[in-house]
Amino acid sequence: MTIPAIPTLDIESTRTWRHVVSVIVRDPLSLASLIIIVAFILMAVFANQIAPYPEQGAGKTNAANTMAPPSADNLFGADKLGRDVLSRVIVGARSALIIPIFVVVFAVLLGAPLGALAGYKGGWVDEVIMRITDLFLAFPSLLLAMAIAFALGRGLDKAAIALIISWWPWYTRIARGVAVGLRERYFVEAAQAAGVSDAVIIFRHILPNTISPILVQATVDMGTVILAMGGLAFLGLGTQPPAPDWGLMVSEGRTYMLNQWWIATYPGLAIFIVVLAFNLLGDTLRDIFDPRQYR
Amino acid sequence: MTNLIEVHSLKKHFRLPGGWLSGETKHVYAVDGVDLSIASGETFGLVGESGCGKTTLGRMILRLIEPTSGKVIFDGKDITAIEKSRMKPIRREMQIVFQNPLSSLSPRLRVEQIIAEPLTTHGILSKERIRPRVIELLEQVGLGRQHLDRFPHEMSGGQCQRVAVARALALNPKLIVLDEPTSALDVSVQAQIINLLDELKKTLGLTYLFISHDLNVVQHISDRIGVMYLGKLVEVGDAQDVFDEPLHPYTQALFGAIPMPVVDTKRELKVLEGNVPSPVNPPSGCRFHTRCPIAQKMCQETEPALRPVRGARQAACHFVE
Amino acid sequence: MSVLLEVKDLNLEFKTSRGVLKALNGITFEVRRGEVFGIVGETGCGKTVTGLSILRLLPRSAKITKGMIKFDGINLLDLPPSEMEQVRGGKAAMIFQDPSSSLNPVFTIGSQLVRVIRQHTELNAKQAEARASETLDAVGLPDIKRIMTSYPHQLSGGQQQRVMIAMALSCRPQLLLADEPTTALDVTIQAQILKLLRDLQKQFDISVILITHNLGVVAQTCDRLAVLYAGRVAEIGSTHDIFNNPQHPYTRGLMNAIPKPGSRGKKMAAIPGTVPSNPGEMTGCPFAPRCEFAFERCSMETPALLKASEGHLASCFLVEHAG
Repeated sequence: MTIPAIPTLDIESTRTWRHVVSVIVRDPLSLASLIIIVAFILMAVFANQIAPYPEQGAGKTNAANTMAPPSADNLFGADKLGRDVLSRVIVGARSALIIPIFVVVFAVLLGAPLGALAGYKGGWVDEVIMRITDLFLAFPSLLLAMAIAFALGRGLDKAAIALIISWWPWYTRIARGVAVGLRERYFVEAAQAAGVSDAVIIFRHILPNTISPILVQATVDMGTVILAMGGLAFLGLGTQPPAPDWGLMVSEGRTYMLNQWWIATYPGLAIFIVVLAFNLLGDTLRDIFDPRQYR
Repeated sequence: MTNLIEVHSLKKHFRLPGGWLSGETKHVYAVDGVDLSIASGETFGLVGESGCGKTTLGRMILRLIEPTSGKVIFDGKDITAIEKSRMKPIRREMQIVFQNPLSSLSPRLRVEQIIAEPLTTHGILSKERIRPRVIELLEQVGLGRQHLDRFPHEMSGGQCQRVAVARALALNPKLIVLDEPTSALDVSVQAQIINLLDELKKTLGLTYLFISHDLNVVQHISDRIGVMYLGKLVEVGDAQDVFDEPLHPYTQALFGAIPMPVVDTKRELKVLEGNVPSPVNPPSGCRFHTRCPIAQKMCQETEPALRPVRGARQAACHFVE
Repeated sequence: MSVLLEVKDLNLEFKTSRGVLKALNGITFEVRRGEVFGIVGETGCGKTVTGLSILRLLPRSAKITKGMIKFDGINLLDLPPSEMEQVRGGKAAMIFQDPSSSLNPVFTIGSQLVRVIRQHTELNAKQAEARASETLDAVGLPDIKRIMTSYPHQLSGGQQQRVMIAMALSCRPQLLLADEPTTALDVTIQAQILKLLRDLQKQFDISVILITHNLGVVAQTCDRLAVLYAGRVAEIGSTHDIFNNPQHPYTRGLMNAIPKPGSRGKKMAAIPGTVPSNPGEMTGCPFAPRCEFAFERCSMETPALLKASEGHLASCFLVEHAG
C-alpha cells in the first residue's frame, strides 16, 4: 500500500532562496563544498596576487630549478621546466574554473529558452528542436566536444565553444520537460486568455520555473565540464602551453609519475576536490528542490 | 435581453495520439454538437460529470481551444471566424477563473505583477495609473494594499482565488467563465467566494458561465442551467425549475445522487448503475441509453434532439412530454 | 455495542524546517463494532493524520507525543513494527482518495490481490485466488475473470476504488479506514461507492471509519461522527444529533456554508477568516478568532468536550451555559 503525501501539511513546498541558504549552511558537507568552491573561485580571480611566482605560473621557465621536489621554496615542487607547481595550480584555476562557468552559463542561456519554446509550443516546433537535441545527445558529450574541438582547431576559446555546443541540449531537455508540465497549468492558460503573447509567456511564466531543476543540473555539470576541459587539455585540444591548465599539467606530469609524483598529483588533486565539491553541492540542491527522490 | 453568447452546433473532436500503427485514428468526441445561448447579465450554470465536455465547451467559448466545427457568436461577432492574431481586443471582454487557485497564479510573480499583467498587455493604462488600479481591484475582491507584494504560495487558497478574480476583473470584461471556481476550496471559504462572485455580478453587471460538478453550488448561483452528458446538452432550463423537477432521466439521476447535509431517513441516495461510457466510443442513439432506467429500443437507434418542452425548458429525451 | 477502537488524547507533531507544527492536540473518540464512523473537517484539521496514526503509516517527520490508540484491546502505539505490519492490512485496512496511485501499475489486479491475501493469511495460492475473486464479486465488479487479469489503468476510477475496497476486505479486517474514498469520483459514482461501503459494512459486519470533508457524504453514510477543527474534536455524537442539533458554532457554520435548495439569491453564511496555521501554539479555543459567539473566557482557556446530551459532546463553553 502506498502512502499518499499529506497535502494539508505541505508548508515546506515553498522553497525560497533564504530557505536554500539555510539548508546548505546547516549541512556540514554542503557548507564545506560551498566554501571550497568560493575559495577556488577567489583563488582564480586573485591568482596573480596569491601565487608565489606569478610569472612562472603563467609559463616563465626557471631552468635552475628543474624537477625540484616539494620544499619551503616550492611547496608543491617544480616541473620539468623548473616552474613552481603551486603557482601553476593557482593560475591554472582560471582556465579550469572560470571557463567551465562560462561554458555552463552559455549552454544554459542557449539551451533553456529553446527547451521552454519547444515544450510550450509543442507540435512541429517541439519536434524540430528536440530531434536536433537528440542528434547531439546521441554522442557521448566528451567525444562530441573532442570532435568539434578538433575540427575547430587548438585553443582554449575553441575548446570552450566545443563544450557549449555539446552541452546545451541537456538544458533544452530539462527546460522542455518543465515547460510541458506548465503548458497545461492554469496560470499559462490565464495569460493566454488575457491575450499575453507567446514570447512573454515563455520568458515571464515558463522560464523562471525552470530555474531550480536547471540550477541543480548546472551545478553537477560544472564538475563534468571541468573534467572535460581537463580532458581536452590533456589531449592537447584546450589550453596551449605554456599557459597553465590542470588537465595539461596532469598530461605533462604523467610520464614522471613514479619519480616526480608532485608534478601530476597536485593539479589532479585540485581537479578532484573541485569536482567533488560541485557534485556534493549539486546533490544538496537536488534534495532541496526535488525531495521526492530521496523520501 | 440580448444574448451575449450564442453557440451554434459547436463540436470539438480531439485526435488521440498514436494509432498510426493500427492504421485508424481515434477521436475523443469531447463536445459533439452543442447549441446554447447566454443572455447578457445572466449566470448560466453548466453541470455534468468529468469527461462530459463542460470544460472544453467553456474553453471554446473563449477560443482558448479551436473548435472542430460550429460557431461562437460573442456580442454579435462570430469569434470563430476571426483570425487568431486579431483576437486580442476581444480577449479584453472575456476572462476566466480556474479551479485550482494556487496553480492559476504564476508561482514566481507577486500579486501586483499578476493582476497588472492584463493591464500592461493591453496597454490601456499609463504606467503610474496601474498600481492604483491594482489596489482598487484588490479592494473590490476583499483584499488590500498589503497583499501587493505577496507571492501566491504565501496566501491561502481563498485569497489566491480572490486574486484570480481580481485579475479577471482587471479589463472590465463582459463575460467571465468560472471553471469550478470553488471546488478546490474548503466549504467555509467556498461560501465567501460565492458571496463575492454574487456581489461583483450585481455591481459590475457581469455575465457568468459557471462550470461546476457541484450541483448545490450551481443551483445557488445560476439563473439558468444546462446539464451535459458525453459531449451533449441533455437538459436546459431555469435553475429553480430544473432543480424542482428535473425532466431528463440523467438529470434526475444526477440530482438524486447528491449527498445532502441533512439527516432524513426517507431520503436514500438514488444510485445510477454503471460507468460513464468512454467519449472515444460514445453509445449509438441516445448516449445515456446504456445507463438509463427507462430506455427503450428506439433509444439505441435514434438520437433525441434537444427540443423545447414546457415553455423555456429544453430536454433531449424521447419520453419527456 | 462494544468498542473496537479507542483513541485517547492523541497528540502529534511534525518537525519542519520552520519549527514544530502541532497537528493533533488531544484527539479523543471511540469507534464501536459494526458502525460507520465519520471524521469530518476542513483542510489541515488533522483528519488524514488521525487516520494514518491509527495504522502507524505516518511520515518520518511526524511524532506522536502523547496518547493511546487501543484497537481490539491492544494499544497499537506499543506494538513492535513487525506485529504492526500484521495488523495493517490484516485486522485493519485503509483505502485512500486516489485509487490509481494506490495500485501498482505494473502488476495485474489479480496478482496484487493474491499477494496481499497470502501475506496476511495461511491460504495457499489457489485458495487465495478463490478468495480474491470472491471479494471482487462482493464489491460488485462485473466480469471478474477479466478484472483479475487487467492492469489498473484499464479500469475506470470507480472500478479502481472498488478494487481497493476489495483489497482492503480480502483479509477480512475488523476495521476499514476510508480516507476521502469518493472525493476523486463523480457524483453518480460516489453514490455507488457510498452505498457499497454501507452494504459491505453490514455484510462483513465490520467497522468503517470514513474520513471526509463532505458533510453530505457523512449525513448519508455514517452512524456517528466527529467534527475536527485545528487538531481537536470540536463535536462528537450521533449523525442524527449533530445534524439536527449542532452544538459547536463551527459545526453550525459548516452546515450553513453549504448551499441548499431554495437558497438562491440569498447571501451565504460564510465563516469569516481562515483556519489557524499552527493551532498548537494558540491559547484558548482555536475557533475563538472566527467565532461570532466568542467571549472573554474563550481566548483564555481551552474548552474540554462537554456533554450536551447522552453521547453528544462538544468542546464549547456555550454547551455548559445551555446545560
